[in-house]
Amino acid sequence: MSELYKVAIVGSGPAGMSAASRAAQLGLDHVLLEKTDHLSDTIFKYQKGKHVMATPSQLILRSDQEFDAGKREDILERWNARTAALGVNVKYNAEVKAIRGTGPAIEGSIQKIVTRARDGSTTTTEVQRHAPPYAIELANGETIMAETVVLAIGTQGNPNLMRCPGADLPHVTYQLDDPTAILDEHIVVVGTGDAGIENARGLAEDPAQGNVVTILNRSPKSANVRESFATAKEPNAKALAEDDAAGKLTIRYETETKAIEPGWITLNTRDGEERIRCDRVIARIGSAPPRGFVEACGIEFASNDRLAFPTLSPQFESSAPGIFVIGALAGYPLIKHCMNQGYDVVEFIAGNTALKPADEPLLEAKFASLPGSRSVNDWLEFLRERVSILEGMTTLQLREFMLDSDARFYPSGATVFEKNDPGSSLFAIADGSVHVRLDPNDASKVVPIPQGSIFGEVGLISGRRRGATIVAAQDCICVEISRNAALKLQSQVPSARRAIERISIERQLLQMFGSGLTSGDVVEVVETAKILSVRAGDAIIREGDDDKDIYVIRVGSMIVEKEVGGKPVFLSYLPAGSYVGEMALIDGGQRTATVRAAIKSEVIRVDGEAFGRVLAAKPALLERARKDMEVRRRTNAFVESKKDSFSGIVDLYSEQAKFLVSQGLGEATDVLLIDERLCVGCDNCEKACADSHDGLSRLDREAGKSFAHLHVPTSCRHCEHPHCMADCPPNAIQRGPDGEVRINDTCIGCGNCQRNCPYGVIRMDKVPPKKPSLLSWLFFGKGPGPGEPPARWSKKNTHYTGDPAVDEALDRKKAIKCDMCAGIEGGPSCVRACPTGAAIRVSPDEFLTVARLENEGA
Amino acid sequence: MASIAPRRRTGASRERTSTHEGFLAHRDFRWLKISAALAVLLIALYIWVPLPAGHFGSSWLGYTLGTIGALLILWLTMLGVRKRAITPGRWSLKAWTSAHVYLGMLLIVVGTLHSGFAFGWNVHTLAWALMMLVIVSGMFGIWVYASLPRALSENRYDAEGAITEKQMVEAIRSLDRQIHDAAQPLDAESAALVNRSLEEDPFAGTFWNRLTGRYPRDATRTAAAELRQRRAFLPRRADDPLDKVDALLTRKEAMLSRMRRHLKLKTWLQAWLHVHVPVTFALIAALSAHVVAVFFYW
Ligand SMILES: Cc1cc2nc3c(=O)[nH]c(=O)nc-3n(C[C@H](O)[C@H](O)[C@H](O)COP(=O)(O)OP(=O)(O)OC[C@H]3O[C@@H](n4cnc5c(N)ncnc54)[C@H](O)[C@@H]3O)c2cc1C
Ligand code: HEM
Ligand code: SF4
Ligand code: SF4
Ligand code: SF4
Repeated sequence: MSELYKVAIVGSGPAGMSAASRAAQLGLDHVLLEKTDHLSDTIFKYQKGKHVMATPSQLILRSDQEFDAGKREDILERWNARTAALGVNVKYNAEVKAIRGTGPAIEGSIQKIVTRARDGSTTTTEVQRHAPPYAIELANGETIMAETVVLAIGTQGNPNLMRCPGADLPHVTYQLDDPTAILDEHIVVVGTGDAGIENARGLAEDPAQGNVVTILNRSPKSANVRESFATAKEPNAKALAEDDAAGKLTIRYETETKAIEPGWITLNTRDGEERIRCDRVIARIGSAPPRGFVEACGIEFASNDRLAFPTLSPQFESSAPGIFVIGALAGYPLIKHCMNQGYDVVEFIAGNTALKPADEPLLEAKFASLPGSRSVNDWLEFLRERVSILEGMTTLQLREFMLDSDARFYPSGATVFEKNDPGSSLFAIADGSVHVRLDPNDASKVVPIPQGSIFGEVGLISGRRRGATIVAAQDCICVEISRNAALKLQSQVPSARRAIERISIERQLLQMFGSGLTSGDVVEVVETAKILSVRAGDAIIREGDDDKDIYVIRVGSMIVEKEVGGKPVFLSYLPAGSYVGEMALIDGGQRTATVRAAIKSEVIRVDGEAFGRVLAAKPALLERARKDMEVRRRTNAFVESKKDSFSGIVDLYSEQAKFLVSQGLGEATDVLLIDERLCVGCDNCEKACADSHDGLSRLDREAGKSFAHLHVPTSCRHCEHPHCMADCPPNAIQRGPDGEVRINDTCIGCGNCQRNCPYGVIRMDKVPPKKPSLLSWLFFGKGPGPGEPPARWSKKNTHYTGDPAVDEALDRKKAIKCDMCAGIEGGPSCVRACPTGAAIRVSPDEFLTVARLENEGA
Repeated sequence: MASIAPRRRTGASRERTSTHEGFLAHRDFRWLKISAALAVLLIALYIWVPLPAGHFGSSWLGYTLGTIGALLILWLTMLGVRKRAITPGRWSLKAWTSAHVYLGMLLIVVGTLHSGFAFGWNVHTLAWALMMLVIVSGMFGIWVYASLPRALSENRYDAEGAITEKQMVEAIRSLDRQIHDAAQPLDAESAALVNRSLEEDPFAGTFWNRLTGRYPRDATRTAAAELRQRRAFLPRRADDPLDKVDALLTRKEAMLSRMRRHLKLKTWLQAWLHVHVPVTFALIAALSAHVVAVFFYW
């Protein structure tokens, strides 16, 4: 324990590097600790030649390092040079394992860490915080002392470790730097993601190296590599299967490790245990988020939610005094934000407390159009005081929150949104009040929503269209909270989550059962209602059971099925926003059908007896429920009667419905379906798509799965809760005005959405040059003709200018996907251009109906 | 200053259908009904309307039928443009195809009546014959469109799911690489045989090969057969590299024949258009000649 640094910065990504550069510039006594042997590992690992984007463009950069959009290599080179020039004290290969205070125990400052085991049980450990200075322990055993610590380790995390006996032996490793350096060894690679596959193939590539390589895969063997290697890119998986077939290496399917000992490994296979030779284990089994490490440092997270970030002061100080958290780990996933924070945090540590955050101008612009001139801080205070769900937020959280939200003024009488508009944002009323229109034709039938409350939550939660029109009752100021900001809010501020849940349950019940009910009538029902999450395939109601509860589908969708003649028969599809279970309550008796989740869903369980009392008190409501029930009964009776006479058709119809649900229809809002009895394979659908979208087709007709003549091609389903939106750093994926999920121009090409979409519909590509017109092709044969031009043509016809800024834009790969042809008069080009009527785009509630029994069921 | 949330919905309208209704059945056979009614009407007119003797074509009914027929032919030709001009608007190619098919068949009536059954060895009858050829090829097209798609789809499927044309090519390439590696220990003569299979382009073959799906001089099959023959004369040994090559060649053969079946079906689905479209242009040329001839020399 030698020197005591003023500040130690952990992690040399854009955030940490910028912080260290500021410290160097200010002459602070500092050290920058980096796990790897180079700066900024996340960016270092981008694919070669990647174009790095500098979004948001309005945000000014405040850092001692340069950063502008450009090639990965150029950016890293500039950073390296600048870091050397500034004399930053970098310590490479310095992985931080633990950070603990060495001062006296801080009274009352105890952190509870809850860990969840696989079986769902939780254990709580308590950590007593100690005052600075901090002792920073490195993986190599060294300890470094510092008064303050800036934690900027990003969100990459650490590799998952092996757990079997012997996993701590020295020949069990988690990375492979140079496969050619390993000779004549028996090597077992664990994990068949891209990393594992690349390592295994690298080791076996040259037979002269004499390595015997075995790679373990938990999944069973299938001729479709996408199934047996679900986490790897297809070309990688194929190449691996080829190497296996050629005898270069061995893939062991359905195999896991049981125990490791020097020179040997014991495997659990389908046919029992097997012990094989093994001089080296390379485990590539994914990585765990850094949360565990961060919490162990005494840093508290806002909640147990997977999306939660550490709780921070406006100056990024965590709950451990003197430890600051910045960058992606603090919830800011864009490079510019990261760099600015690095600068700001070091300025603060050096004593500059007057510095305004760099995002100030962005926020000023957000509030500029509101009446009454206030400063940004006053506006933030105004919102926090007046909107109940924002109460629990820190100023820093509120700032970040507002970057993703909008504050708007609505004059009295203005429409905020209309019934059936698509939209997944949440609104909060900061000033004034709004009216919910109950009757589109009668402006006097309204329900008021007061200041401080929220509306629009149904769109946010279910991902479906707006349920009612909202009009400003007087001049008002509302905050429109984007879906992402609302999700973050719920994970950061538990009280906000509860408030939104309560309001949404009440509103959903009132809206569903319609007129005549007031919130007073449903108090008991709301109190006793419970939100349950249901895994795909699990049943909430089972045929023959005796319970009487009612379920409201809040998120996701359900399918209803019934045993007829010993086989489950599909009866109907229930989208979010509908309810089930009323039959047993109204008519008594056992459940007549089974209801299961088509996809991961959430339901509100309403106590049957409490609801029974509401029904008894409200005859009109009972009448409506009976009517709904009659309709359902008729459907069921129809399907059942068909089953007797046309058993084969009903079975097919049932199986087809299940197939469609397995292909994502349960969460889709709009999906392309091709009838293979009609499709002549002309690919005019693909050509039309390309010709109406920058020359790139957003659908792959042949790919995708089929069942009984129905083919679900690879094309976007416009999911209710799109998986692709999850980790988009610039938040470029939005639900558009026609309900489509679209990617806007701020896409930085990181490929996260492509990895997150479970249906593989997103491609990363660059826009081809413009083609000559159709007529000059028809008459003079100019250009490549209709459809996506061949890559060779595009390459030949891309005219580089020599200006790097323009040329890079020409080569920039962005995420490309179907936009449902929103805004194109007439609708989807792929459908309009199909000569035979094979291609249609439908929503599941339109398609999964009994009408199909007659139209398609054969 | 007030700001209003951006207006929702782009205002573009969209036709929604929730069932697969093929082009023949489009809107409950609307165009079939219209065409049938028109055909009956025209035949009735031809039989019952009294006309002066002489050339039927130059009577008022003849002129009318001729004009309708010529315009119809031009309109039918426009399908090729409609198919490729992906402009915005509420058109559907399916509706166009449906109308094309039924109005196209109506032309048999229109054109034949217009001729007044006066056939001879002249440009007028040539135009009629070309028209009939286009129509017959179109009818053949309907037949393939109705009967082949299922087979096309079935050929792409097996127990493990679908495979696309691209994947078929990739699978063959991958087998080629494996065969190449496995053939390294073979003697020169066997290696030369295997090489012939490797050098074979899976897309090679004449139009005729494709249409029939028969490739009599297929290198892979020859190689497999000859290797097997050669091996019969060699001493048997365990771990014979020939075994492996043989197994791989057999797999390649299976994949090749699957792809050839795929190409065959696709060729049939498209080949008729190679008659339908060029003859359409010949028809338009003959039609122009017919019109010019009528007005200048009649
Ligand atoms: C493929 C891809 C493309 C992207 N493209 C863009 C883009 O074009 N524009 C943009 O603005 N953003 C982009 N992003 C997002 C951006 O890269 C990240 O948000 C940003 O790098 C986060 O910076 P950071 O400093 O917080 O963390 P990181 O950049 O993740 O840096 C963390 C550093 O800490 C080190 N470290 C981790 N743990 C320890 C430890 N225990 N001890 C010591 N060191 C440790 C790591 O090795 C690493 O060097 C992209 C992301 C990805 C994945
Ligand atoms: C003289 C009358 C006709 C003319 C001039 C004509 C012309 C054309 C033309 C130019 C095309 C476009 C081909 C392409 O660009 O791909 C076409 C397509 C087609 N025609 Fe005709 N046609 C005629 C009659 C018919 C008839 C009678 C039928 C059917 C009974 C028919 C069935 C079709 C079909 C199925 C297509 C293909 C549609 C597609 O796949 O896009 N045609 N025709
Ligand atoms: S891209 Fe994928 S995840 Fe996103 S909406 Fe489309 S289908 Fe769903
Ligand atoms: S809806 Fe439009 S964007 Fe989507 S696949 Fe069809 S043509 Fe392409
Ligand atoms: S346009 Fe229609 S018929 Fe042609 S390939 Fe597409 S779905 Fe099949």
